[in-house]
Amino acid sequence: MKAVKFGSVILITFVLISGLAIPISSNPQGWLEFPNIPGLEEKARNILYHVPIAWTTVVAFLVGTFYGFRYLKTKNIDDDIKSVSAAGLGFMFCLLATITGAIWAKFNWGSFWNWDPRETSIFVLLLIYGAYFALRSALETEEKRASLSAVYSIIAGITVPFFIFVMPRIMSGLHPGAKGDPDGSGPVVQLKMSPNMLVIFLLGLVGFTLFFIWLFNLRVRLARLEYQRSVQHP
Amino acid sequence: MSASSTFALVRKDVHSELRTRYALNALIMFVVVAVATILFALRSDQPTSSVLAGLYWVVVFFTAMSGLSRTFVSEEERGTTMTLQLVATPSTVYFAKLIVNTALTFSLTIAVTVLYMTVFSDSFVIQTMSTFLVTVILGSLGFASASTIIAAIVAKANTRATLYPVLSFPILVVLLMTVMSATTKALDGEPFEGALGDFQILAGYILAMTGGSYLLFEYVWKE
Repeated sequence: MKAVKFGSVILITFVLISGLAIPISSNPQGWLEFPNIPGLEEKARNILYHVPIAWTTVVAFLVGTFYGFRYLKTKNIDDDIKSVSAAGLGFMFCLLATITGAIWAKFNWGSFWNWDPRETSIFVLLLIYGAYFALRSALETEEKRASLSAVYSIIAGITVPFFIFVMPRIMSGLHPGAKGDPDGSGPVVQLKMSPNMLVIFLLGLVGFTLFFIWLFNLRVRLARLEYQRSVQHP
Repeated sequence: MSASSTFALVRKDVHSELRTRYALNALIMFVVVAVATILFALRSDQPTSSVLAGLYWVVVFFTAMSGLSRTFVSEEERGTTMTLQLVATPSTVYFAKLIVNTALTFSLTIAVTVLYMTVFSDSFVIQTMSTFLVTVILGSLGFASASTIIAAIVAKANTRATLYPVLSFPILVVLLMTVMSATTKALDGEPFEGALGDFQILAGYILAMTGGSYLLFEYVWKE
């Protein structure tokens, strides 16, 4: 876990500094200059932060659903602890992705919110998390809370493919990959970055994923201690 | 699971509903109140077809949210959950409740349609009847398929009435957007083929939701 901790700190620091410090020029020379993307210009730097955060949100959601599924199989309360820890982190990353995205949208597309399909999806994901925690607080016994919230997270997970694969195709949108995009619509956006930007972008993905693993580990350990205390001294 | 025991459970729910008419009367009153509020807000404005299609499903959504949870909450309140667990398998109970909820939602949409056609006689004109009928049927099925399992979850919780729409809305967003777009097409008089894409999404949604609920229902029901 030490390697994960230091790896995430080093990688995110590197991505933060290099993403902000490397100049953008219309005629890039070598590795220390980003190319100028028409329409994005200096705002293109946000792709190095916003997209890894959104990616981590999806990872956290999948991890939470996976442990919820495992809980239904094993009925081991530790799986529920892991599931709710991942959901809490997913909610945090979801908020961060919404905020970074809204700021970017304000300066690139003119307003904070446009109900683009991807904006709709992340709004629904926020609602799912809100509903998930509301459901948990409405259930008193541990086993009930664990298994009902696990069922809810799986049911919510069933709708996710509709948001990723179906909605971007039927609604016109502003994100790449939406209906009407000249580069073709689809869930997998073609990465057409310059090699140096791509390297920093991929390091950002790895860095934020490691950051999630580290925080996840911390939260699970904390939640286990709290659970043990609540069992010993009710 | 067998068809005869499923229909026996459906009959039991219909009988107990007809005895008190609790859900039916409350739902009809709810629809009337909601439509009246919309009429007060609109006054003499002539809303466009997309606004009307949206308002149509808003009324259906909130009415369904106030009524569909009854199917499980009433079992909990009357203390008949244990008996049902003894006499029927979970999948029998699930499909019986799914049928009851589908029928309830479908009768709701009929009530809202009739009401809309009278109060918005100028603007709510269904031009492509086939599109509208398929939308309403698939929409009722979709509503019921997603909200039956949520109703089962909510029946086990403390704050049932408030929790139900909160839990259902994120799950129903895909369905709501699709039926709204299909209803707009029916009101605008687009040919039936124009809404085929929407129907494919609806069919996929219904299959995914019913399949998922069928597999997961046991964990909720036995809790």
